[in-house]
Amino acid sequence: MKLEGQVRIPSGCAISAVISREGRKMSGDAIIKSMIPMHDRSNGLGGGFAAYGIYPEYKEFYALHIFYNDNNVRMTCENLLKDGFEIIKSESIPIRKTLKITDVPLIWRYFVAPMSSVLSRLHVDEKEYVAETVMKINSQINGAYVFSSGKNMGVFKAVGFPEDVGYFYRLDEYEGYCWTAHGRYPTNTPGWWGGAHPFALLDYTIVHNGEISSYDANRRYIEMYGYKCTLQTDTEVITYIADYLLRRQGLTLEETASVIAAPFWSTIENKPEEERKKLSYLRTVYSSLLVTGPFSIVLGFEGGLMALNDRLKLRSMVTAEKDDLVFVASEESAIRAIAPDATNVYAPAGGEPIIVKVKEGKY
Amino acid sequence: MAINYVNPEFEVVRNPNRCIACRVCERQCANGVHSFDPETGTMMADETKCVDCQRCVALCPTRALKIVKNDCALRENANWQQDTIYEIYKQAGSGGVLLSSMGNPKPLPVYWDKILINASQVTNPPIDPLREPMETKVFLGKKPTMPERNPDGSLKTDLAPQLELSMPVMFSAMSYGSISYNAHESLARAAENLGIYYNTGEGGLHEDFYKYGANTIVQVASGRFGVHEDYLSAGAAIEIKMGQGAKPGIGGHLPGKKIVGDVSRTRMIPEGSDAISPAPHHDIYSIEDLRQLVYSLKEATQYTKPVIVKVAAVHNIAAIASGIARSGADIIAIDGFRGGTGAAPTRIRDNVGIPIELALAAVDQRLRDEGIRNNVSLVVGGSIRSASDVVKAVALGADACYVATAALLALGCHLCRTCHTGNCNWGIATQKPELVKHLNPDIGSQRLINLMNAWRHEIMELMGGMGINSIEALRGNRLMLRGMGLNEKELEILGISHAGE
Repeated sequence: MKLEGQVRIPSGCAISAVISREGRKMSGDAIIKSMIPMHDRSNGLGGGFAAYGIYPEYKEFYALHIFYNDNNVRMTCENLLKDGFEIIKSESIPIRKTLKITDVPLIWRYFVAPMSSVLSRLHVDEKEYVAETVMKINSQINGAYVFSSGKNMGVFKAVGFPEDVGYFYRLDEYEGYCWTAHGRYPTNTPGWWGGAHPFALLDYTIVHNGEISSYDANRRYIEMYGYKCTLQTDTEVITYIADYLLRRQGLTLEETASVIAAPFWSTIENKPEEERKKLSYLRTVYSSLLVTGPFSIVLGFEGGLMALNDRLKLRSMVTAEKDDLVFVASEESAIRAIAPDATNVYAPAGGEPIIVKVKEGKY
Repeated sequence: MAINYVNPEFEVVRNPNRCIACRVCERQCANGVHSFDPETGTMMADETKCVDCQRCVALCPTRALKIVKNDCALRENANWQQDTIYEIYKQAGSGGVLLSSMGNPKPLPVYWDKILINASQVTNPPIDPLREPMETKVFLGKKPTMPERNPDGSLKTDLAPQLELSMPVMFSAMSYGSISYNAHESLARAAENLGIYYNTGEGGLHEDFYKYGANTIVQVASGRFGVHEDYLSAGAAIEIKMGQGAKPGIGGHLPGKKIVGDVSRTRMIPEGSDAISPAPHHDIYSIEDLRQLVYSLKEATQYTKPVIVKVAAVHNIAAIASGIARSGADIIAIDGFRGGTGAAPTRIRDNVGIPIELALAAVDQRLRDEGIRNNVSLVVGGSIRSASDVVKAVALGADACYVATAALLALGCHLCRTCHTGNCNWGIATQKPELVKHLNPDIGSQRLINLMNAWRHEIMELMGGMGINSIEALRGNRLMLRGMGLNEKELEILGISHAGE
């Protein structure tokens, strides 16, 4: 049977997210708890979490989380890293043994800084160099897979149900101001850990529910710009689209949402002139990055998140608030599990971005 | 009298019980097939003149006529087939180059028919175009590589000039001269009504049709017939014709007998003179020369119109297209070897060039490999026959398709492939006033509108089935295609998997 990446595997899913606008730190307990009522939206073939603000003592460094098949691969990859990075710390990510998570690969964590001499020689900025290195490892080193590469944040994922994955990674011991979670329901999978979500590049992470029909149009476009879709998953391509539009094209979150889930032309025509010009421009220039088919996504980034549905709202997604907290989930039950008295429960319209940012200076 | 080596290709079968000798067939046939015999009071037929255009059949009020293939045949021979033998007889008789019209009729593979389209089941929903919005609008033209912002942070929304199409189909180039005034009027009016474009071809633009300029692409070909400043400014876009799928590597030849009246004035050449466009543009012997013509035309029109460069699909088309993409063109049009023509040497039409499916796949991939696919739009033609061909072309990577044969069929063409004789009984490929009036532009334009609306509905149905509600999300989406009965190499070039994979 072909491995994920050699073949495209559609999947359904559950997503959940919680963020504190005040930058208040929360342990991973709450987000794990929110996934439990949505157990049946996953099938045990993938679960994962992204956590922001969890490495304050290393916040100047890129935290690389890497799966290895064996120690030989690890040494090959570490040699490559040493060529371009100063490695501040290298360790195995602490886990808790559980019978529910099996076939565990080597899971390593590095805190690294790109060497300035390398950056000046290659004429690239720090983020671009990190992104290129991630692409290089994932596409060229067989048996090594970088699944998290941002600063002061981390992705934790595995083959299993989300609540078991959370227990396995000891997420109760981490404290973050924003958490996102994903439970996966692939239609078939060889059960490879890299295929679980969230999917991440730099500090951008995506949890996603849906199967997009525009996949190959998006993939073939984004691969023009150096991205390599090694996994053939929707989530991977959406992550690269977000990175391309936000970091490399310098679009705002709202503009990015207007590309990915562009309003219909009939809607655009009825907008005031300035708005109409802007939306027409974005749809015309980035037409190949329009994502069609059902999706609900939460895009996490340093200091905030954006929740977005496809333009027809073919997947469920609700938001709610409680004090400084904002919740996003596939089902209201997920929010009620951790905040029974949450208010302002809201189902965003198709294509309507919900952007939540932590107060400046609080993260 | 010399022996006639070639049997008539067709037989005119007239049912005497139905024929009322009304002589409609006689009046409708410019080839002079039918005649009335006053002595017997019955209709006669000279089959040697029949081209099987079916005009008489369609107009016979009692359905007394049918045209059938002559079954008087040479002894069967898989190597020396009848067509081949007859061509030798003709050349032995005339000493000339064989001429043909319309697209390559040879039984070479039609890749469109070996490609199948996907649909959604279970894991994502199909979308019903009757209940949900389904978008087919396309913009053709150069897109910026980086957005720019105003001092207040807002996006600068100026773009290089774009063509806006309500659906990814345009009527491709057919010159006034090769086709009639009424055919041009039908195309122009339909394009305006549909929100798409038609193309003047290389024969200039008749003064009556300047009013359709907003839906007109004006062509500049190697003969430069009819090209002047007002002409360039009249259209929505300018197309430089470097080549044509039906006859790559050669120019056009419109015989002097078609250069009459308005055709002569529109082309700006004397009446009765042959209009022979050279094989190359004599100011373009290489890619750097093309760039100069592209920018000359842009200068002449103050950079307000996109420039299309049209080329025939030939062997190294990917590299050629890449060169064109870097020479200032906004749109590349590629014409496959099955594309139609008003007249071409038979050997060239049937043996030169490559299928559009393979050319498109190769070009789209090359432009992506070089990271410049968004710098140009890609339009393909050369036998796009139906809505499903359009969907497959877009999924392979085209922004839009050019159709001409399908448009002529809508106007009544029966593909008899004798356009070069100028005797088109359907009023399309002729300049004879009595034949031109066989085509009524009111009816012709409506039939074109009907055809395109029908295709648009079908495109929407196919897209909806795939769970796609905007044509942009289909463009280059090759995962939506699978091949049937294709070998590994063909699949590799098309960039698709085999059915079942």
